[in-house]
Amino acid sequence: MMLHSALAIAAVAVSSTAVATFPRSVLAFLAFQGAVLFVYLARVSRWLRVGLLGLALLVLMPLIGAYNGYYLEVATQVGIFVALALGLNIVVGLAGLLDLGYVAFFAVGAYAWAIPGSPQGNEIFGGGFPLPPSMFYLFLLVGLLVAAGAGILLGLPVLRLHGDYLAIVTLGFGEVIRVLANNLDKPINFTNGPKGITPIGRPPVPFGLPYGEYFYFLVLLIVAVVIVVNRRLEDSHIGRAWEAIREDEVAAQAMGVPLVRAKLLAFACGASFAGVMGVVFSAKQLFINPESFTFLESIGVLSMVILGGMGSIPGAVLGAMAVTVLNLQVLKGFSLWLNELKNAGVTILGFNLADLPTQFEPAKYERMIFGIILVLMMIFRPQGILPARRRQRELR
Amino acid sequence: MDLPLLLGILPQVLLDGLILGFMYALIALGYTMVYGVLEFINFAHSEIFIVGAFVGVEIMLGLKGAGMLDRLPWPLVLVLVLLAGMAASGLLAVTVERVAYRPLRHAPRLIPLISAIGISFFLQDAIRLFESLWRNAFNLVYPTMDVLNVRFELTQTIDVSVKSLVVIVAALAMLGVLHVLVNRTKIGTAIRAVAEDQAAASLMGINVNRIISLTFLIGGAMGGAAGVLFGVQYGLINPYTGFIPGLKAFTAAVLGGIGNIPGAMLGGLVLGLLEALAASYLSLLTGGAFGAEYKDIFAFSVLIVILIFRPKGLLGEVIRGRA
Amino acid sequence: MRIPLVIILTLAIVAGGAAVDAQGKGTIKIATQSPLSGGQAALGEGIKLGAQLAVEKFKGPLEKMGFKVEFVPYDDQAKPDVGVSNSKNIIADKDILAIIGHLNSGVAIPSSEVYKEVSLAMISPANTNPTVTDRKYTNVNRVCGRDDVQGVVGSEFAKSLNAKTVYVIHDKTPYGQGVAEFFRDDAKKKGLNVLGFEGTEEKSNFDPIITPIRARNPDLIYFGGIYDQGAPFFKQAREKGVKSKFMGPDGMDSSDLAKIAGKNVVGMYYTSAAGPASALPKAKQFVEDFKKKFGKNPEPYAAEAYDAATVALKAIEAAAKGGKAPSREDVAVAVRKVKLSGITGDIEFDAKGDRKKALYFVLQVDSDDPQKWGDNKIVKQLAIAPPSASKN
Repeated sequence: MMLHSALAIAAVAVSSTAVATFPRSVLAFLAFQGAVLFVYLARVSRWLRVGLLGLALLVLMPLIGAYNGYYLEVATQVGIFVALALGLNIVVGLAGLLDLGYVAFFAVGAYAWAIPGSPQGNEIFGGGFPLPPSMFYLFLLVGLLVAAGAGILLGLPVLRLHGDYLAIVTLGFGEVIRVLANNLDKPINFTNGPKGITPIGRPPVPFGLPYGEYFYFLVLLIVAVVIVVNRRLEDSHIGRAWEAIREDEVAAQAMGVPLVRAKLLAFACGASFAGVMGVVFSAKQLFINPESFTFLESIGVLSMVILGGMGSIPGAVLGAMAVTVLNLQVLKGFSLWLNELKNAGVTILGFNLADLPTQFEPAKYERMIFGIILVLMMIFRPQGILPARRRQRELR
Repeated sequence: MDLPLLLGILPQVLLDGLILGFMYALIALGYTMVYGVLEFINFAHSEIFIVGAFVGVEIMLGLKGAGMLDRLPWPLVLVLVLLAGMAASGLLAVTVERVAYRPLRHAPRLIPLISAIGISFFLQDAIRLFESLWRNAFNLVYPTMDVLNVRFELTQTIDVSVKSLVVIVAALAMLGVLHVLVNRTKIGTAIRAVAEDQAAASLMGINVNRIISLTFLIGGAMGGAAGVLFGVQYGLINPYTGFIPGLKAFTAAVLGGIGNIPGAMLGGLVLGLLEALAASYLSLLTGGAFGAEYKDIFAFSVLIVILIFRPKGLLGEVIRGRA
Repeated sequence: MRIPLVIILTLAIVAGGAAVDAQGKGTIKIATQSPLSGGQAALGEGIKLGAQLAVEKFKGPLEKMGFKVEFVPYDDQAKPDVGVSNSKNIIADKDILAIIGHLNSGVAIPSSEVYKEVSLAMISPANTNPTVTDRKYTNVNRVCGRDDVQGVVGSEFAKSLNAKTVYVIHDKTPYGQGVAEFFRDDAKKKGLNVLGFEGTEEKSNFDPIITPIRARNPDLIYFGGIYDQGAPFFKQAREKGVKSKFMGPDGMDSSDLAKIAGKNVVGMYYTSAAGPASALPKAKQFVEDFKKKFGKNPEPYAAEAYDAATVALKAIEAAAKGGKAPSREDVAVAVRKVKLSGITGDIEFDAKGDRKKALYFVLQVDSDDPQKWGDNKIVKQLAIAPPSASKN
């Protein structure tokens, strides 16, 4: 325990200094993230763990952001996807409802703020928009409710379906939302179609923080709330009802679980997290268009849940971190690093890197590598990286 | 509402829908056969389908480069390309099954699904890498054989090209062969037995693994044939082209009742017709308010409605009664 | 077990960090952001390669001043989120003094908000959406045309062809729909009968869309989009017996259009702010250099990227005083002062960042041989000033 504690403290200290000294080194930032993970997993006392995590997330991270805003952006995006993964975790992990169109709720939340928070509202209602930016906080709630409503709307027709039929219908629903967003610019211009909506209002910032830090803390706060809510749900009456449905619907029904209500609640709950994050996302980006809400995003979130460990909260968090970092940092960083080497005229075994044909640029093969990782993970560790304990016993 | 116009184009629209439908049917067969035997959605089938198209185009471009394309009789070229595409896709499907699905045979259904998605991503980029190295191109074009583009005007408003006829004839032929294979041969009986009850089938002396591989081979071959026909009919392919038709074909399979071979054929045709009708008529009927851009979700919406009233698809599931 | 790992990791970080940061004083970097993976990779690559060619060709004067000039391409995957996070990374690299990008206006608009924070000069080779410069940011410029002008050019020309009825199709992207809408609105104003306005995401099978068009038999069909969609569309349309004339915007300006559609597009028109190689000898040289270095014909917007990078280099040269690297604000100011005779024409920026003399060419496809794309003839030249007042 002492060794772990010492290592944990050392890891955090060393990696954060490294990032401060080499602000553009991707490896340093990855090491920092690794250190945070290590602190979470290590066998240290609870106080030390909470203390270090708090220090890393609340103090060190924003400081790092001051050195290189890019890392803060990555951290914020990780946070957004963590919330999405946790939401999907409820639907797929707890209740066992295979949802392939989850990003639709994210889109609904995003447009729920984008339309009133920008001049777009004038196209529909004639005037009075954009709403004052402080309404953003109210719209966090509105986005939540609208997305939950969409969840129920999806849930109603699919109550009788299961397994793969459910999958295809949810997939269809995701596509329907995207196509609607892409095409509802006539006869009434709701969404401005593919041209997207801009500029979207940003809320007034307390304490005069720059926007990068503000959104980071906001996302962190929402993620914390989501985790707490998830924990509560997991151990509650409804949580057990969901797990019962996942294991065996007929038996659950025989035990008195109200199927309709439970399923609708699962969709609504899961959707609501995505809705809130959608509102935050649109305010952060200042601009949204339907291209951010494709089927591939849904698959991305699903893979985060499964890679991390279905039904487990730390698993979903880890999966979101891993996939986002992989997509945003690792391969791109590798590509950039190769480029630096190329520019510096480095040769490997006499082969000048500048002659490497453009086809081999690593960033292009993100999808391929992601695919390979998915396959390998499924074959060798299907329960995910941090599985829920019951799952572990099931799959091993 | 220009009624003569609307009615005038109807036969052509139906014909286009039929051609599209046959293609979806061929692809849907791959999904449905695999599902029937393993209760598993082979997400990578869309890439298996497009690999067939790529093999076809490479052969044709190779022939063209050697100057042979014009000198060989076109039915020979077509048959050659079709067989090559079918073989390539079939073998690819078998390989994928061995590598990525067999180890996961007994895992809960979500796990092999994710593995299939991973294979799909991998194949897309693998094809792209190969083509960018081999031909330094992203979009590949099927060389035109002029004889295929000859159009027959059946009436004043309908015409059909030779290649459309080729697609229809080829599709019908393959569906026919498959029907005979599955229903009249010993192998077909074995496949149906494994689909019904794996354990009992193996007790009867059937080598379940071999039959499953065979199913993937046949399903993959159908997909490969569809790929070649797709390339011949529409001309342009790139590594990501397979994704959307694959998705729609999967929808068609579900629409007809997944696991059900006639269901897949029916579903494919219905979906093709719906799509063509929506694309051609939506704009005309709504005065421009909703146009062809809604054709995909029109099809999805119809699917949802049908599934609400018939949760097992149009022709229902034909799978073992297992809880 | 853990301790050696920690040591190795530390060394790796230091090495990695050192390698990344060990550029001597006086390195100047030009960055590009465009989609290098995914469905639009072909065009994004074109932008990257065009800019790369320019940097290699014109870095001489800066190197003589003692700087090291480097080229840093980024992949924005045509996604706004990726573009924004990349741009944050870009502004953190103090050596990057100019960014050539993006391909998609949907990515350019949010990313330019990030560049604005540090006044990083952005020169766009392909973003034609009016909003990009209408916001009047001092660091945002573009070498390409604007949709609201290009659409008008197209419709002017359509009228001059005596077309009475037109049918407009677009590809449901901000680019295609934008230029198609401007075309349609102007055509209506000029008295042309717009028979239909339809968008589609379809990439392969256009038969059901073509059937109603064929039944209505318009004089001209305008396709707002990129060649990889336009070519199969036109090909299938001709094969189905559609007799209308075809027209498209600068997304059609690629030899692959002829490669895919063959003789079906011979005789079709397209507009572009970049002149063909046949009219501008410099452009011809560019095509040859590009082919020699990269083994293929340049894509649409590669020439614009080449000019954009040249503008950036010239601006940096002008702003660099006596061996010290200029600041980003200086470069942005210098960009607005650049007068360049580039391969796409004369380049000079107005107060909003648009090209002052926007010379638009209407070109006609001459032959179905992709190698002869540069020989396409200019049918008409129109000099239209970009709108100075913007209606948002």
